[in-house]
Amino acid sequence: MKEYVVKRLLLTIPVLLGVSILVFSVMHLAPGDPAVIMLGPQATKESIEKLHQELGLDRPLVVQYFIWISKVVHLDFGRSIVLGREVFPEIWLRFKATIILTSASLTLAFLIGVPAGITSAVRQYSIFDAASMLIALAGVSMPVFFTGIVLIIIFSMNLNFFPSAGMYSPRGGDFLDLLHHLFLPALTLGTASAAVLARMTRSAMLETIRQDYIRTARAKGLAEKTVIYVHALRNAAITIVTVLGMQVGYQLGGAILTETVFSWPGIGMMMVRAIQARDYPMVQGGVLFVAAVFVFVNIIVDIAYAYLDPRIRY
Amino acid sequence: MKFPISMVIGNEKKQQRPRSKVLRRFVKNRLSVLGAFIVFITLTSAVFAPLLSPYDPNMVNTQRRLSPPGSSGHFLGTDDFGRDMLSRLLWGARVTIFVAITATLMAMFAGTILGLLSGFFMGWFDILVMRLIDILMAFPYFLLAITVIAVLGPGLLNGMIAIAIVNIPFFTRIVRGVVLSIKELSYIEAARALGANRYRIIGQHVLINCFPSIVVAGTLNIGWMITAAAGLSFLGLGVQPPTADWGTMIASGRQYISVAPHVATLPGMAIFFTVLGFNLMGDGLRDALDPRLKI
Repeated sequence: MKEYVVKRLLLTIPVLLGVSILVFSVMHLAPGDPAVIMLGPQATKESIEKLHQELGLDRPLVVQYFIWISKVVHLDFGRSIVLGREVFPEIWLRFKATIILTSASLTLAFLIGVPAGITSAVRQYSIFDAASMLIALAGVSMPVFFTGIVLIIIFSMNLNFFPSAGMYSPRGGDFLDLLHHLFLPALTLGTASAAVLARMTRSAMLETIRQDYIRTARAKGLAEKTVIYVHALRNAAITIVTVLGMQVGYQLGGAILTETVFSWPGIGMMMVRAIQARDYPMVQGGVLFVAAVFVFVNIIVDIAYAYLDPRIRY
Repeated sequence: MKFPISMVIGNEKKQQRPRSKVLRRFVKNRLSVLGAFIVFITLTSAVFAPLLSPYDPNMVNTQRRLSPPGSSGHFLGTDDFGRDMLSRLLWGARVTIFVAITATLMAMFAGTILGLLSGFFMGWFDILVMRLIDILMAFPYFLLAITVIAVLGPGLLNGMIAIAIVNIPFFTRIVRGVVLSIKELSYIEAARALGANRYRIIGQHVLINCFPSIVVAGTLNIGWMITAAAGLSFLGLGVQPPTADWGTMIASGRQYISVAPHVATLPGMAIFFTVLGFNLMGDGLRDALDPRLKI
C-alpha cells in the first residue's frame, strides 16, 4: 500500500508540471502585450515598461517560466492588477468560502443520492424507483445556475425561508447564520451530484445484489439489512467513491456558477471577475491553485480505491 | 493477388448489427422516444425560427417592458427591453444549439483523430497524447473552459472553442479504448494479412467500429455542451448581448425575478427540456446500440 501511495504521488509531478506550463501560458498565449492588456489602453509607456520589468516580460520565455514557478512554489503568485494586493492571501480567503460550499454540497448530495440509489435498487421497478430515477434524470438535466434561480424564487422570494445572497448577514453572523446562508447554494450545487450519485449507486447495487456471494449470504440466513448494507454496499462502494471523486471536479466547476448566482464570496466568483478585468496574475493563481487541489483530491480518491479493493493497483 | 476482404472474412454486412434491431430497441423505450421528440421539436424551432417568430428578436418596445406571459400580442410576455420572449426563445434556440452541436462536432473530430492514432500506433505518440490528456483532465471541466476564455477573450466563437477543447479528452479516451479492444481482433489481422495498409485499416475497419461509441458519447455530450455554453453566456464570457441566447437571457432576467420571473425562468425551462431530451435520447441510443452498457 505504502509503495502504491508513493508511486501515485510521484506520478502527479509530471501532471502538475504540465498544468503549471499550461497556466503559465495563459498570459502569453493571449493576443497582444500582456502588460498593455493588463493596464488598459490609457497606459503610459513608462507604466508598461515598469510592468514589463516587474513581471519579467523582457526576459526569454523559459527564464520567465522558471522565475514564475520558483515563486509559485513559495506561494508567491504575484500581485493582483485590479486589487493591488498579493494574490495568494486573496485566493486562500476565497478558497475557504468555496470549500465550505462544496463540502456542504457534496455532503448533501451523498446524504440524498446514496440512500435513494440503494432503495431504488432494492425495490427495483417500484413506484419509489421510478419516481427517484425520474427526479434524478431531471436533476442531471437542470443547469446549476437555473436550479439556483428557481430555489431563490421559491425559498427566498415566496416563502422567505432562506437569504438569496452572501455568506453572512450584513451585521455579521455566527455559525447558524452561515448555515442559513449556505443551505440554498449547497442544495443548488448538490442537486446534480445527488442525481448522478443516485443513478450510479442504483446501477452498482443492482449489479452487486445479483452476484452469487449475495445469494450465499441470503442462503445462510443473514438479515436482509446485513446483506444489503454490509455485503453488497461494500462492493458498490468502489463505484460510489469513483462517482464522488468525479463530482469534486464538477463541484469546483459548478461552484463558479453557483457563487455568481448567490454572490457567495468564493474563488469562482473571484475568477470570473478577474477574467472580465483581465487580471492575469489573479486568473493564473486561481486556476493553478484549484487545479492543484483537484489533482490531490484525485490522489485521495485513487488511494481510497486501493483501500476499498486491494486488487486495484496501477 | 489481392482478394476482396469480404471473401476471406465473409459478408461484412452480416456481421454488423442489423439497423432495424437497433431501431426496434430504441423505439421500445418510451422515454427515449420522448427524448427524440423533444429534440426534434427543439431542432425544428431552431431551424424555422425566422418563420415561427412573431417579432424581430431584437425589436425594443420600452412601453411594453416586462409584460407577463399571456399579454395581448406577446404569448410568452416581454423582457426588460420590451422584446418578445417567444421570438427571443426561438432565436436563442438557434444560437444555443448551434454552439453546442458545433462544439460537440469539433471535440468529436479532434478527439476521434487523437484516439484513433494513439490507440492504433501506440508508442511515443500515444504516451504524448495521453500525458496531454492527463494534463487537461487535471482541471475541473468548467474551470478549464473559463481558462480558455481568459486566453481567447469572451465571445460566441471563443466560447465554442473553449467547451470543445474541454471535451476533447472525453472523446479521445473513449475512441482509444475502443481501438485498443478491437485492433487485435481477427478481422483486423485478416485485413492486415491481405495487405491492407494501416491507414486503410484505420479508416475502413477501426473507425467504423468506433462509430456507435462516438455517436452515443456525442449525443450524451450535447446536453452537457448546451449547459456549458449557456453557463459561459450566463457569466458574460460566451455569447454577448444583445444576441438572443438562452444563457444571456437568464443572466439579464435574473435582475427581475421578483417582478417578472418569466424573463429568467422561460429560457431556463428551455435549456432544461432540451438537455433532458438529449439525455433521454442518448440513454436510449446507448441501450439500443450496446445493451451491455445499460445503467
